[in-house]
Amino acid sequence: MTHLTGTPGPAGRPAVRTRRLTKRYGSLKALDSLDLTLPADRITGLLGRNGAGKTTLMQVLTGQIFPDDGEVEVFGERPAENPRVLARESFIAEAQKYPVTFHPRHVLAVAPWFYQNWDEDLAGSLVKQFGLPMDRPISKLSRGERSMVGIIIGLAARAPLTFFDEPYLGLDAVARREFYDVLLADYAEHPRTIVISTHLIDEISPLLEHIVVIDHGRVLIDSEADAARGSATMVSGPAEAVERFIESRPVLARHRIGRLGRATIGAAYDTLAPAAQQAGLSAEPITLQQLLIDRTTSPGSRTEPSDQGALS
Amino acid sequence: MDESQPIYRQLAERIEGEIVEGVLAEGAQIPSTNELAAFYRINPATAGKAIGQLLSAGLVEKRRGIGMFVAPGAAGQLRRSRRSAFRDAYLRPMLAEAHRLGIGSAELLDLVHRELTATTEDPPATTHQGV
Repeated sequence: MTHLTGTPGPAGRPAVRTRRLTKRYGSLKALDSLDLTLPADRITGLLGRNGAGKTTLMQVLTGQIFPDDGEVEVFGERPAENPRVLARESFIAEAQKYPVTFHPRHVLAVAPWFYQNWDEDLAGSLVKQFGLPMDRPISKLSRGERSMVGIIIGLAARAPLTFFDEPYLGLDAVARREFYDVLLADYAEHPRTIVISTHLIDEISPLLEHIVVIDHGRVLIDSEADAARGSATMVSGPAEAVERFIESRPVLARHRIGRLGRATIGAAYDTLAPAAQQAGLSAEPITLQQLLIDRTTSPGSRTEPSDQGALS
Repeated sequence: MDESQPIYRQLAERIEGEIVEGVLAEGAQIPSTNELAAFYRINPATAGKAIGQLLSAGLVEKRRGIGMFVAPGAAGQLRRSRRSAFRDAYLRPMLAEAHRLGIGSAELLDLVHRELTATTEDPPATTHQGV
């Protein structure tokens, strides 16, 4: 996998830089000496399995928790207790808590106090577009409606660095597509650094310019999204033919069922397909989602064998 | 868009296809990066990369302050390069599949002949045009 750590964004200076960033919870290292550079003004996907450290990383970057070790810079400064940095960030959490008696109307009335770039017109038009009920206690909203509140705040805040952590739990396919459309349209007009953490990888991957995959508190993949997407191919066919074919090639994952075999190879589909066909194997490009599964459970990763069985 | 190739290349190929088919005529303006990004729901940088590829291949040209336009001769240029890719993209896979199925040369040629006779009653207008 190509490592592009250190690639500056169009603005020159990266939005985020961490070095040997470590956060422990008891004996668990949620972040394990993590080195990461996020280019400015891009849409980055922050991907990984549950418990990989994604949310912890976003909490450190938005100054909500303090690291135990290592360095962290956001826009060139430490974020912890730093109003200059924190005023330029918004973090839409997966399970955002609001005061129990608040209605969406109240939340949206308060939001401009925290975000200097707040766009009232955009917030208003998003409320209409999503059909969000404004005068109902947030505790009475559906999961999807609560997600809409977060999405509207995250977009209308226009923060220079915006984090969406699983932004669309409970949203149906139509509402998610509306979110993607609004996100792209607003990003095109107001380029900024947007980090989206999600499990719906294949759905969102075309929107991403950059991806970072975290596994066990470390960066596993840090790459242009387009390069990562085309970087692996699955071949399948008679097990012996598969074995022979993969001998001299970088294998990410392999499976065997009786006399049938299949393997994921770290090579682009269009370079691998002709050779696979000659070997009597069928080849297909794999999705980013599949690549992530293969990479985070491959023998090279530190995944427990029991987990591996569950996913393969 | 699928996973077989980077998205920017798939987008570039779609636009090339529209140029070859004449949907985008020579001299016509092509959609902006942001319009393409919104339409295909892809990252604007990815759309920009596709346009950049067309630009460096000389298929589109930039008119400062206005936008991108299909370059003169673009359709002919694309048809020529597609002709030279025809053998690898269509003929060889067909021969490989014929081999797997045990279809011999004579039978294959016969099949091609019969298919040609069946379709020549309604020949495509662009068969010999501009190549």
